[in-house]
Amino acid sequence: MEVFLIFISAVLVNNFVLSYFLGICPFLGVSGKIESATSMGFAVTFVLTLSSAITWLINNYILIAFKVPFLEYVSFIIVIAALVQFVEMFIRKMSKTLYDTLGIYLPLITTNCAILGLALFGALRKYGFIENIVFGIGAGIGFTLALVIMAGIREELDLADVPQPLKGAAITLILAGLLALAFMGFAGLISA
Amino acid sequence: MTDLSNKGIFGEFTKGFWKENPILVMLLGMCPTLAVTTSAIKGLTMGLAVLFVLTCSSLIVSIVRNIIPKQVRIPTFIVIIATFVTMVDLFLKAFLLDLSKALGPFIPLIVVNCIILGRAEAFASRNRVILSLLDAVGVSLGFTVTLILLGGIREILGMGTFFGHVVFGPRFDQWVIMLLPPGAFITLGFMLGAKNIIDRKFEEKRKS
Repeated sequence: MEVFLIFISAVLVNNFVLSYFLGICPFLGVSGKIESATSMGFAVTFVLTLSSAITWLINNYILIAFKVPFLEYVSFIIVIAALVQFVEMFIRKMSKTLYDTLGIYLPLITTNCAILGLALFGALRKYGFIENIVFGIGAGIGFTLALVIMAGIREELDLADVPQPLKGAAITLILAGLLALAFMGFAGLISA
Repeated sequence: MTDLSNKGIFGEFTKGFWKENPILVMLLGMCPTLAVTTSAIKGLTMGLAVLFVLTCSSLIVSIVRNIIPKQVRIPTFIVIIATFVTMVDLFLKAFLLDLSKALGPFIPLIVVNCIILGRAEAFASRNRVILSLLDAVGVSLGFTVTLILLGGIREILGMGTFFGHVVFGPRFDQWVIMLLPPGAFITLGFMLGAKNIIDRKFEEKRKS
């Protein structure tokens, strides 16, 4: 039950993009088309799931075991960068189609703050191994959900009559605000 | 290489405030911008943290720019940045514990702040030390000012205070929504809109 709560909380209530503001750059940059939003979402979910497992192991068996928690940020970011590189090579070998779909989004994931944010939140909240992985999957699905909804709205926006000064990034931010307002309605799902 | 005759050293410094403002024009570093600006003081702290990290990492990157092999430059930059971020984090934990707790994981997240990596890659790795320093200080001051503005607007409307001082009387109805995530998105959206209007006014003035 505990694990299920973590999952729902990461997907809906504390959505990474709309309530923690993690991964805003790709959220604004790649939400123009539903197709690319979906690819980006899958790529991020994949890396989030893997990195949640690996950073947990590193945090518990290396950093805490050897009493060097101040190396947290340096080691996390190196692991994430290496992981993204590795995933990229792996996907290219295994499935050419998937690689072409994800394209340039893969290397960009290194600087996506959702990945490092997840590792830091996981360490801060002292989740267990399974809980941390579920948290990672939930965060990834929540990110994908927000990205795809936003892309859907922006595709419709092309037909709308937006005031001249608000065109482009400004209206996207205001839309994100309204979307965040809607997601706040999920807050009642989980008490405390 | 940057065109010196065109902008000059002073230009490198001031471009970060308006013309190449990292938040309002380049849309970089959005995550901390939106997350920490529930009050002006938090915006100021975040801005100063970025100022320190960006200045120091630009300095180091610019000094070692000719030694680093091209293939491994990005990991090198990230490690340099992560080192300075760790220093800021430990400093805040030691001297300003309350603020450090309020900013939470967003101080460590400076590591992946695109502004810093962007300046390291686009400017500091290609320019002389003194120019890189000016560029770094200018850009991060532009960042700080924007953060204070955004944090100020949200604090004034959300709590009726500015840097903790009461602005409106006790009868003021607080707009709680400004302190919540939607308020951050919407305020920044309108700030971008306002900047576009001001830019257009200037453009018209220059033409006439």
